[in-house]
Amino acid sequence: MLTLDINGRSHQIDADPDMPLLWAIRDHANLTGTKFGCGKALCGACTVHVDGQAVRSCSLPAGDAQGRKIVTIEGLDGRVAEAVQASWRKLDVVQCGYCQSGQIMSAIALLSENRTPSEDDINNAMDGNICRCGTYVRIKAAIQDAARSLA
Amino acid sequence: MTIAPEEKTIAAAVTGMRPQHLTVAADAIRSYEATRRAFLKGGAALGGALVVAGIAGPNGEALAQAPGANLPANPGAFVRIAPDNTVTVIIKALDKGQGVTTGLTTIVADELDADWSQMRAVFAPADHRLYNNLLFGPVQGVGGSTTIAGSWLQMRKAGAAAKQMLIAAAAAEWGVPAAEIRVARGVVSHGGRQATFGQLSAKAATMPVVADPALKGPGDWTLIGKDGATPRVDSLAKTSGQATFSIDVRRPGMLTALVAHAPKFGGRVRSFDAAETRKVKGVVDVVEIPSGVAVVARDTWSAMKGREALKVTWDFAAAETRSSEAIMAEYKRQAASRGLSAGRRGDAAQGLSRAAKVIEAEFEFPYLAHGPMEPLNGVIERRADGGIEAWAGFQFQTVEQATVAAICGVAANQVQLNTLFAGGSFGRRATPTCDYVSEMAHILKATGYRAPIHLVWTREDDMQAGYYRPMVYHKVRAGVDAQGRIAGWEHRIVGKSILIGSPFEAMMVVNGVDATTVEGANDTRYDIANLNVEVHNGREGVPVLWWRSVGHTHTGQVTEVVMDELAQAAGKDPLAFRLDYLGKAPRDAAVLRLAAEKAGWGQPLPAGKGRGIAVHESFRTHVAMAAEVTVDGGKVKVDRIVAAVDCGIVVNPDIVRAQIEGAVGFALSSVLRNRLTLKDGEVQETNFDTFEPTRMSEMPKVEVHLIASTEPPTGIGEPGVPLVGPAISNAVFAATGKRPRSLPIDLNQLGGA
Ligand code: FES
Ligand code: FES
Repeated sequence: MLTLDINGRSHQIDADPDMPLLWAIRDHANLTGTKFGCGKALCGACTVHVDGQAVRSCSLPAGDAQGRKIVTIEGLDGRVAEAVQASWRKLDVVQCGYCQSGQIMSAIALLSENRTPSEDDINNAMDGNICRCGTYVRIKAAIQDAARSLA
Repeated sequence: MTIAPEEKTIAAAVTGMRPQHLTVAADAIRSYEATRRAFLKGGAALGGALVVAGIAGPNGEALAQAPGANLPANPGAFVRIAPDNTVTVIIKALDKGQGVTTGLTTIVADELDADWSQMRAVFAPADHRLYNNLLFGPVQGVGGSTTIAGSWLQMRKAGAAAKQMLIAAAAAEWGVPAAEIRVARGVVSHGGRQATFGQLSAKAATMPVVADPALKGPGDWTLIGKDGATPRVDSLAKTSGQATFSIDVRRPGMLTALVAHAPKFGGRVRSFDAAETRKVKGVVDVVEIPSGVAVVARDTWSAMKGREALKVTWDFAAAETRSSEAIMAEYKRQAASRGLSAGRRGDAAQGLSRAAKVIEAEFEFPYLAHGPMEPLNGVIERRADGGIEAWAGFQFQTVEQATVAAICGVAANQVQLNTLFAGGSFGRRATPTCDYVSEMAHILKATGYRAPIHLVWTREDDMQAGYYRPMVYHKVRAGVDAQGRIAGWEHRIVGKSILIGSPFEAMMVVNGVDATTVEGANDTRYDIANLNVEVHNGREGVPVLWWRSVGHTHTGQVTEVVMDELAQAAGKDPLAFRLDYLGKAPRDAAVLRLAAEKAGWGQPLPAGKGRGIAVHESFRTHVAMAAEVTVDGGKVKVDRIVAAVDCGIVVNPDIVRAQIEGAVGFALSSVLRNRLTLKDGEVQETNFDTFEPTRMSEMPKVEVHLIASTEPPTGIGEPGVPLVGPAISNAVFAATGKRPRSLPIDLNQLGGA
């Protein structure tokens, strides 16, 4: 039995500690906003925050996430999250939308640490998040827009 | 054998399936006889249950909903106005990101004079009687960028008829003439009196439906074509983790299934040993199905571990065991001889005999995976009433419904399909064989219908278990005469047909020539006097499928690179040279001029940079792109793409721009690096490391310019893709003097000019 603190709630999960956090979140806590894209830390669809850091949940054993604060897209709050989501909506970033939870989680982690990211900072922070629909032009613009609104 | 009428209708619908997206849709209406023949050929491929229905008569529904039919307004099928003042549009097409949920809603809302904030959208149930694709015939499904083009009139009429009902209700309630009633932004008014749609909804529902309501003209549109007026209806859900994809469906007692597929295409299960698998915690069952062995578990992780522990012995007697290199070598041998005639203008051989300069060019294109971000998956269960219910990103609903029915032994009308948002498709979910949907049904059946089944493909399954853009080889001999005019163009294409052997064969394959192999080459819009296009069909056992823009993914590259080479041979500017051959294609000429102008064509660039241009029509949409690249140490960096688009009337300008931006992002990695290769018949690429999509740092700036048009709307999901390769290739030539032809571009393989 694992105990995970997800979005400020304690979840008892009947799984081995080697189960990736992604599957604990999706299949056991039934929080499905976090997505499965590759399972190998290659695409970022599964990005969540663990103690405030953007983490690929498909590649972190759930056992190692015990005792840490896990936040998924469903549990977002605060100024940065609001600004990022508002900019995403203002610019109609999404297409299929499947990658976008992960994109938003990575963008929030970036802006939480760096309110004035350069274009290189944005590329570096976001290059692990694939969007097969190719919405990168707008993702970048939305991050810049959110940064302006937070200034 | 007798069959239920419903089954007969579904089967008739399947027979009439017209993959209109496969070709330029000018010849929209074909005879009933052709429909019937297509069915008779295709029925077997879809499963025995359908074969019996070839008897459907010429007065059947297939004709009633013939392609292009101008059907009476049916607001009941498409619009729901609720007392709470929301207006819900029923969306008959899969939305895999291309934005049709917003597009169809826009069309209805404008005719209805609704306020955008009151608009909602839901996906239609699978029902070909109401929701068929009018450009396909009597089948529900999407593909070929047909949704807006095929629904334009239908949705306008639905909105207009619903508005007439609201007006009639107000007229009756207020005792005033209908002609004096105004509707604007969701409010119905007469003098000082006014009511919301919601307040009138109950009475409006009792009013007669006008079959042919007057439609608004472009001057009266308040939403269609208006920038900023129609933000996407799915933005909120998709930015909050609330949008439901099939991978998110949770049913009571649901089990998750993964399938071990044969590592070579055409391989079959000889035997399997599940002893270790059954020891894995969480594994519930292991069952054999036609496409492999399914491991069924209480959650995804347990199913993954169970599948890893599974030992399967495969029978490769009928399997494809060659490498992609060997298959390409075979293509090249085939290309040495004359192929099937796919198109002929004038006399290419004679023209070439007069040529002053001749170029001979070979192009190789690899297999490509679609790689939708959401791996293929779906949920299926048996309901208490014996019917089957399923959830997935269904794209060919009528065929998928019939397939599930056939496997589970129920009538098609007992199969309820719930179409959900799909995390991308790019063609992959429009599979005539219904591969993954069949797996869902087979696993449900093999596990005795005891629990809902969630079939999940991993990324490795997506890469390795099939359906790819075909591998293709092109060989062109073309030349210019002493005046620099194109003297002749001989063009041979070798690749596996997508349609031969599929239910569409009789419809779309003429004299052995599959339109999807040659489209964009044999019907080039360039006015070339002497053109000869031939095709050889590859026969390898590798499953191939349409991949965003289908044949145009390679014919666009070949045509536009060869045009550049001919311009070079003629000593002419690539833009001016192209325009010389577009006199009869004014829309192509217009987008080409616009892209060139906005890109600053002719203005000098620093050393190491180059600018290239291309124009191509696909799915009746005209697109031109100019690319600016920097080539540094054998690496190509694309700095900027300027696109010009003519897709007729633009419904949602921002979605059109987004689709072009997305087409660039989607196609770029296939231009720069992606290839799917086989060794001993086994796919070598496994995940996004070895088949890596475009990443943000590689994304160029993209500018999109739209042509104002009064022509009916055409598609936008695909037509940006064919331009990305040739615009970049021609820019690389401008920068380096090296001429990229094959994709992906490999500068190390290229000699100097
Ligand atoms: S699913 Fe975790 S990075 Fe792709
Ligand atoms: S929006 Fe479809 S993968 Fe990013």
